[in-house]
This record gives sequence, structure tokens and C-alpha cells, in this order.
Amino acid sequence: MKKILFIEDEPNLQKTVGEILRAEGFEILEATDGEAGILLAKARHPDIILLDIILPKKDGFEVMKELKEDPETARSKIIVLTNLESSSDVERALALGATTYLVKANYNLEDVVAKIKQILGE
Amino acid sequence: MELIKKIIAELAFWKECKEYGLGLWQCPKFLFVVMGGVTIIAMIATDFVTTRYAESSFVILSVVGVAIVIFTIGNIIVQSFEKMAAASRMKTEFVSIVSHQLRTPLSSLKWSLDLLLSGKIGKVLGKQLEQTEMMKESNERMIKLVNDLLNVTRVEEGRIALEKEEFDLLELARELARDAKRFAEANNTLLVIEETNSPPALKVCGDRRYILMALENFIDNAIRYILEKGEVRVSLSKRGEFAHVEVKDNGVGIPKDEQRHIFQKFFRAQNIMRHRTEGSGLGLYLAKAFIELHNGKVGFFSKEGAGSTFWFELPLN
Repeated sequence: MKKILFIEDEPNLQKTVGEILRAEGFEILEATDGEAGILLAKARHPDIILLDIILPKKDGFEVMKELKEDPETARSKIIVLTNLESSSDVERALALGATTYLVKANYNLEDVVAKIKQILGE
Repeated sequence: MELIKKIIAELAFWKECKEYGLGLWQCPKFLFVVMGGVTIIAMIATDFVTTRYAESSFVILSVVGVAIVIFTIGNIIVQSFEKMAAASRMKTEFVSIVSHQLRTPLSSLKWSLDLLLSGKIGKVLGKQLEQTEMMKESNERMIKLVNDLLNVTRVEEGRIALEKEEFDLLELARELARDAKRFAEANNTLLVIEETNSPPALKVCGDRRYILMALENFIDNAIRYILEKGEVRVSLSKRGEFAHVEVKDNGVGIPKDEQRHIFQKFFRAQNIMRHRTEGSGLGLYLAKAFIELHNGKVGFFSKEGAGSTFWFELPLN
């Protein structure tokens, strides 16, 4: 079973996305702040990390930096899932090693699921 | 006579001050008139004083006095300008913060509704489905409005960063027509793309997302303001160094006296408000801003009752 780590501080969103991904047959790991997210990533080596940017303790950029520096966690593919959409944020995230960058308000839930499947299939 | 009327109209500061909700002593126009008056009176008084008392110390004192008065009023004017600029900046920041904060719960709601409608956590049926779909539609409208407001603040603060690439306008138009097909059918509207004297490709260089939003808005308006049934024709052609795109409808048209306001933000024409009240009045304002950011031009001609034609031009690559 493919493992997905979802780092997100908005509980409603976490529940909704967790629900559909479980229904799609994924194992879901959840963290509500950057530090907890990094610990879970190191302990469980998820295939995909869904990562918000504005997070307590450590923000998404710091999380990406730490995960990509450690060869153990660098293999997890990172999908940034946020409502920030300035091109400087997008560029920064991609430069830090994010596989893709999705703006929450502009994507449907099915699009997100499709993106995850596409990235896992590659 | 005309000139005097014009000058009086120009000096009618009370109207403007009232419109902006400013007190008299914060209103630059009023302060300028005061400054003008003070200057004239001070000059005459100085002349009066100096012709009677020809001592140089008197002359110097009165000139210094006038200078101090003018400087003080000037300072008040500058301060009131600064206050106005700060208020405008705060308004823009306020809209931006509120919109960002709104997007989090709005996108959370959007995905919850997606999950409900996906059937993955149980089927939603009958009237419940109908209500859920209505919620989804309202939610999408709210997101669109928030996105538009964010774009307005970006335009006003000059923060739109264009990611330029070469793309084909014809392809873009075809894509938009495909997406708008259902909306057009629901509105009894035939949506056609005409490719008049156009070369196989109309390549332009720009940020595809913003050009797409502009053309989408033209097409969407054209369909939206057709009353019972009608036709929307999108035509693309090459005109000199420019790609020319026209969206022609036979809808309600724009009343003549309202035409000059059509690209202003939040403006909605009276005749459409009678038929359709939804809409933010931001679409055309943004479309114009996006096209002009690409060194393009926008315009329209319209006749109430007969329809409108909106066009834009972009430099060919």
C-alpha cells in the first residue's frame, strides 16, 4: 500500500483529503505542524508528501529544505498544496525540490487525487 | 463663457470633498483655493504696507509672514495627501488579507463538497444531491469573487508577475469555447468560432493564464447577457502586427450613456441589473488590465437591444 503523508494545519481539510485518499486505497499519515511532519517523514518514508506552506513551528519551505538535505527522506515526492500563489513562492518551492505545486482554491479534489496517481505512476 | 463655467466647475471643491467623504480642512482642492486666496490677499496687503512704510524691515517682515502662511497651508495639503495615500493603501491591504483568509475555509468547503459529490463516502441522492450541487455552485462563485478581488489588488499594487511563453490564440479560443459549450447551451446560445483570413496560427507571447482570463470573461459576458436565445461569434484575425480577437453577441447591449463606465471596477449597467444581478463588475476591469499589461488594446461597440462586440489586440510574436 502506498503511503501518503499530509502535513496540514487546517483540520477540516486534513479530514476531507484523508477520507478520499483512504477511499482510494492509500495509507495516510497526518501531521499538523512542520516539525511533526519532518519526524513522521523520517520514521515512515512516505511515497508522497502533501505539504502546506503556512504551518506552525516550521513552515513548508523549511520542511522541504530539511527533507531534501537528508538522503533518507529526499526520495519522497513532495506535492505543495497551499493557497499562496505568487510566482516567487512557486519558484522557491520548485527550486527546493517540490515535484509539483497546487493552489487549493483552483483545484478540485479529483484533480488532486489524479495528480497523486500520476506522480506515483511515473 | 465656456471657460468661466469650466473654471467654476473646477473650483467646486465641495462636491469632490463630499464624494470622498473628506472634511473641509482635509480636502486638497479646498486648501488650494484657500492658499490661492491667502496669497492674493497677502500680496495686496504687502503692497499696501510697503507703499506706506517704505522701511526695509517692514518689507522683509511682511514677505516672511506671507511665506510662513503659505508654507503652513502647503504643509497641511501635503499631510492630507499622505493620509489619502495611506487610506488607499490600507484599503488594498485589507482586501488582500481578507481575501487570503477567506480562501482557506472556501477551499476546505469546496473539497468537502467534492468528497460528498464523489460518492466515495456514500451516495447523495434526490433533493439532497440537488442542494449539495447548489452549495457547490455558490462556493465556486465565492472563490471566483475572492480570486477576482485578489487580482484587483495585484493590479492596483502593480504586483502581477507575468510568466511569458509563446502560445497560439486560436488554440486558446478553441479551448475556451469547448469549456463554455455547456453554459452556452443552457443559455440557448450558439457559440461559434470564426477563423476569418487568419493564418493557421496566431502566435503571441505572454502569460497564457491572464489572456485566458480576459478572453474567458468576454465570452462569458457575451453568453450571460443574451436574454432568451442568441448567438456569440468569436472571430480571430491578423491585422498588421497584431492578432485581433472579437467576441460579438446579439444580447442586451450597453446603454449609450453607460458605455464610458464599462471598464470601471464594480460597474454594472442598469439594463443587465434588471435581468441578472449576480456578477461583481470586476471582470472587464481585470480583462482590460491584463491585456494592457501585454501591450495590447481593448475596446467595444455596442447598441442597447442589438448586442455588443468586445475586441482586443495583442502584438504578434
